[in-house]
Amino acid sequence: MTIRVLYFAGLREALGTSGEEMPLPAGVNTAGGLRDHIAARGEPWAQLARARNLRCAVNQTMVGLDAVVKRGDEVAFFPPVTGG
Amino acid sequence: MSVSVREADFDVGAEIAALSVEGGDAGAVASFVGLVRRDRSAGGIRAMTLEHYPGMTEKALAEIVAEARRRWPLMAVRVVHRVGRLLPGDRIVLVAVSSSHRQAAFAGCEFIMDYLKTRAPFWKREETALGSRWVDARESDDDALRRWAGSENS
Repeated sequence: MTIRVLYFAGLREALGTSGEEMPLPAGVNTAGGLRDHIAARGEPWAQLARARNLRCAVNQTMVGLDAVVKRGDEVAFFPPVTGG
Repeated sequence: MSVSVREADFDVGAEIAALSVEGGDAGAVASFVGLVRRDRSAGGIRAMTLEHYPGMTEKALAEIVAEARRRWPLMAVRVVHRVGRLLPGDRIVLVAVSSSHRQAAFAGCEFIMDYLKTRAPFWKREETALGSRWVDARESDDDALRRWAGSENS
């Protein structure tokens, strides 16, 4: 079973994609670990590690980067929100 | 449905009229309407595009409304947030709540708006004569949120 990773707003544009499906990488069990794994691909993905105030959601609930990620989860990375 | 995310505009009068009926014995309705600011300076905003996270947005707004209902005795609540491309003067968001008395209505409406600003997954991109850019989050929005920490029925 895979995980679904989504990117929004300025981050989506910087990475050139709105998301991807991937197997849960071996050894990764938090949102922060997933971010580090993806950032390690090099540019443009390294921007994930440099992003100031990166926010994330697991299964559509906003959580900290220490949140647990398991197979089947939907994980989203995005900049601070600016609605209203 | 108390929460709506859509491209279409909303009719403030019709929404408030519906809320007043739905609220039953409500004695107060408080509402807030957010607009795309008109900025006539040279570098002013010509248009704004709102992106969101379909699915999470509705869920986040419903959770914010539920939290407001836990804190104040609200009767009816309506949140409408537009997405897509909007022009200066266009309506962006409506929050309207009814209650028996004004204190709960004012507080509930302001609470929902403050939480929406920092918790609901919307992002604005502004277009000006010089190009377009993503709007940066404002620290004052986080400050507004902190006011509510620990406040119950205040």
